[in-house]
Amino acid sequence: MTVKAMKASEVAKKVVNNQPLFILDVRNGDAFADWKIEGGNIQYINTPYFDLLDGVEEVVSELPTDRDILVVCAKEGSSVMVAEMLSEEGVDVAYLEGGMKAWSEHLEPVKVGELQGGGELYQFVRLGKGCLSYMAISEGEAAIIDATRMANIFLDFAQEKGATIKHVFDTHLHADHISGGRAIAAATGASYYLPPKDAEEVVFDYTALENGLEVAIGSSKIEIEALYSPGHTIGSTSFIVDQQYLMTGDILFIDSIGRPDLAGLADDWVGDLRESLYTRYQKLADELIVLPAHFMIIEELNEDGSVAKKLGDLFKENHGLNIADEQEFRDMVTLNLPPQPNAYQDIRKTNMGKITPDEEVQREMEIGPNRCAVR
Amino acid sequence: MNADKVLDAKGLACPMPIVKTRKEMKEMESGQVLEILATDTGAKADLVAWAKSGGHELLDSQENGDVFTFWIKKG
Repeated sequence: MTVKAMKASEVAKKVVNNQPLFILDVRNGDAFADWKIEGGNIQYINTPYFDLLDGVEEVVSELPTDRDILVVCAKEGSSVMVAEMLSEEGVDVAYLEGGMKAWSEHLEPVKVGELQGGGELYQFVRLGKGCLSYMAISEGEAAIIDATRMANIFLDFAQEKGATIKHVFDTHLHADHISGGRAIAAATGASYYLPPKDAEEVVFDYTALENGLEVAIGSSKIEIEALYSPGHTIGSTSFIVDQQYLMTGDILFIDSIGRPDLAGLADDWVGDLRESLYTRYQKLADELIVLPAHFMIIEELNEDGSVAKKLGDLFKENHGLNIADEQEFRDMVTLNLPPQPNAYQDIRKTNMGKITPDEEVQREMEIGPNRCAVR
Repeated sequence: MNADKVLDAKGLACPMPIVKTRKEMKEMESGQVLEILATDTGAKADLVAWAKSGGHELLDSQENGDVFTFWIKKG
């Protein structure tokens, strides 16, 4: 029996379509406990490859016969070895091409809506890490918000759509992933915008993203309006696109809210976070569709794989928007916070341009889940 | 640290550092120490977990530039 490679894109389709999959994850137990491929119809066992070197007989009996089996490891090598051993035992299995690294880097573009005058808005879902990026396209021009490190995916997508990238925004200085914004701007001549309050230490030139800034793409003037909404960071800025969509960055998610501590100032920023969520956003139209910069759990995905919900619904359903008592709110977002993202301080320095690790190191820095929210 | 044997696994990708470590260990006596040099970034966590599951003891580890060095005592 031959061993097949399954691409991250194929796994992504199974996750989005809720198709059955059985994963034999052969990474060590800690790595598996920290971060794995999530999906509504995925079953798992975790047996480290180094426990299978004498033979795979013991796991064969645990494998199902009624669904596809995928062997997963960090970078591919060990999963190929285990898949070949299973194949010799007559078990039909595939391995994940490129391992969890490829899974972490896969972006699934999902169209989230139409813009006036025939424009389109796409969400790039990074299933492996929970990052969400956006591209608005109108009449041959594009704007990108919160691009992840894989700049080529955005460049290629814009080219496929025949669009020139004009504006590249980051809602804030990210701490969980390396921004692709600067690289995309450099490759296209687009302007790269950052909130100045998050950019005090950056070592490159950028365009200031100030409250009230408006840019347009295409001749029908899709408006992109910046709304200062601090709290996750002191510079955090939201966008209202075409008066229909609200990109909230890491301030408001579907089932959680932003955490204020990743730049080290939770106690100072908790008040800002509350004001952004409970005052600034309250003034906006309920009909706006919230498009956050992350999802935390797979249940936040809609049936089409997008992550989006009306602001009015979030005011009703999101626990973090429904804490009347200010002290209780303060405690929730400053005490008992989840662990910080892997290498978050080096990621911030990279996004400031202070350090420039090579690509392989950047990949390693991004290993693991994002942890930008409190629930 | 004094080692009874040295395994150079530099430049090898997972799973080879563990496969080779295991092979060397099989030929050693209980209580002897194997020094392992590796460059694979996943090697550390895996060696720690492997040593634990096999009853061996990770005595020490060092990181020097790109090279990780581990000393494991056979259990």
